[in-house]
Amino acid sequence: MTNKNGRFGVHGGQYIPETLMNAVIELEKGYNYYKNDPAFNKELSELLNEYAGRPSRLYFAKKMTEDLGGAKIYLKREDLNHTGAHKINNVLGQALLAKKMGKTRLIAETGAGQHGVATATAAALMGMECVVFMGEEDTKRQALNVYRMRLLGAEVIPVTSGTATLKDAVSEAMREWTNRIADTHYCLGSVMGPHPFPTIVRDFQAVISKEIKEQMLEKEGKLPDAVIACVGGGSNAIGSFYHFIEDKSVRLIGCEAAGRGIDTLETAATVNTGKLGIFHGMKSYFCQDEYGQIAPVYSISAGLDYPGIGPEHAHLHDIGRAQYVPVTDDEAVNAFEYLSKCEGIIPAIESAHAVAHAIKLAPTWDKDKVIVITVSGRGDKDCAAIARYRGENIYE
Amino acid sequence: MNRIKSAFENGKAFIAFITCGDPDLETTAAVVKEAVKNGADLIELGIPFSDPTAEGPVIQGANLRALKGGVTTDKIFDFVKKLRGEVDVPLVFMTYSNVVFSYGAERFISLCKDTGIDGLILPDLPFEEKDEFLPVCRKYGIALISLIAPTSENRIAMIAKEAEGFLYIVSSLGVTGTRSEITTDLKSMVALVRQNTDIPCAIGFGISTPEQAKKMAGLSDGAIVGSAIIKLIEKYGKAAPEYVGKYVKSMTQVL
Repeated sequence: MTNKNGRFGVHGGQYIPETLMNAVIELEKGYNYYKNDPAFNKELSELLNEYAGRPSRLYFAKKMTEDLGGAKIYLKREDLNHTGAHKINNVLGQALLAKKMGKTRLIAETGAGQHGVATATAAALMGMECVVFMGEEDTKRQALNVYRMRLLGAEVIPVTSGTATLKDAVSEAMREWTNRIADTHYCLGSVMGPHPFPTIVRDFQAVISKEIKEQMLEKEGKLPDAVIACVGGGSNAIGSFYHFIEDKSVRLIGCEAAGRGIDTLETAATVNTGKLGIFHGMKSYFCQDEYGQIAPVYSISAGLDYPGIGPEHAHLHDIGRAQYVPVTDDEAVNAFEYLSKCEGIIPAIESAHAVAHAIKLAPTWDKDKVIVITVSGRGDKDCAAIARYRGENIYE
Repeated sequence: MNRIKSAFENGKAFIAFITCGDPDLETTAAVVKEAVKNGADLIELGIPFSDPTAEGPVIQGANLRALKGGVTTDKIFDFVKKLRGEVDVPLVFMTYSNVVFSYGAERFISLCKDTGIDGLILPDLPFEEKDEFLPVCRKYGIALISLIAPTSENRIAMIAKEAEGFLYIVSSLGVTGTRSEITTDLKSMVALVRQNTDIPCAIGFGISTPEQAKKMAGLSDGAIVGSAIIKLIEKYGKAAPEYVGKYVKSMTQVL
């Protein structure tokens, strides 16, 4: 699905400083070599299975299905992975790749902290140095994850520039990479940034849809009718969609963070409110003003609080293969509480955006239809923030 | 394009970078005129961007101050049109790809020609992506200026062969900002450039003192200074033009 310089339709590319060009070229060469190396793949499979706990369960949410009274609902339990989210799939792949390429240091950006924790974890496991950039605002929203990263031996650098959230953490990680390239791999956490990152991260996350397909055929003897996932940069969504892209009967639905609503300025719904632009190394859709200044986006979810979307999603939107729907803070918080009470599963507030859309969709579909929701992460990290959202003054 | 060449015709060139609208466009105009009066041969005018990923804290600060002050691409074109009537040195824009892309490449680049801009530097547009804007730049005679970095190595010949205007040599790894020491082997970089092109090359990133400027210009055809000038503007605000003038004089005197 990619052509020269990693294009997905018009999207993608390599819009980065010259200083980084040889680094991304070296990364692409390294990746193209190791992705076909049986020893690399064996080692990665072992890590994913024995360390991260794959395959993750595809769980039939019987109570939720009965309660909503429509389509059958399955939950893809990425929240059960080691470190509590899908992020570990990509990080183990990239860290192993970096190590094979002779790198000794990982740097990363993080929003909610899940990617930072996963990177710190892989660095600890593989004996690598680790530095994580996190918006200062997010270090407050996700204080527990900051502690976890430090516990794992990583240095966490709070980013104060711009809006002090995920986009600024990405900018700062890119700046640091131009400063120190020889021993350092930038372990990008989503399907974004310059080529080859959107392809590498997608390939490492595609294990999600590969498993869903196998598990669904085993349980239902057919493909699902819809796969629903939340989208910030879009790594768990592309991972959930990838092996279904050619199966046109499967509806692919990405849930964007609408924040306080797509008719307000306090939103992060990129496809629904953004326009085509060039930023963070890629051409894609971005929330921006009429002069191309990147908008200070907002969502209750630190992990979806990003003004752009990965180039492959932008392309899937253009060709109509996937649909991107906005979900507000309120809807996500309701879904967070709903899944907790209904199924005893506390989803990450990011994943709750996908749950929220399924709650709307399932009752409108017949009982013979099947919906898969990817629960990309677990919600322990969000409990204090959601309590505060509901007016309960608890602190971690 | 010939105007850029003229900046390098009277010995070593001194190139000053100034962010438009920091703290306001009147000050920017006065700073440019002072810099030119004191010997600056070419001016890089920065169009502020909300997220300047190639800049260090000093120029990031200038970008944010300018945007906060309400400057826009339209206001900057009006400003340049007026400024062009008062200064003769070559003027090039330095900004980020999205500023040009969102304005519309054709509209932006044709306005560059109409207002008297000679070139365009986009630090997030490497060789591989230059076709994004190059055909339109050629159509209007605006030089799309290429950069080479300490990590460019095997890419230098390829970039230099197709370079236009002047070649911007990035002195060090990392982002913009003053440095106490520049350790890159610039001599071999410049030698490789010279083997592949006749257009002039200037060194930027990290230069703040007359000694550094002299050394860097000695290795190439000129020195580019940004953060050191921005620091003066940050410190003195509307009173900065006089201080920038004195500073530029201290630099141009030794070149």
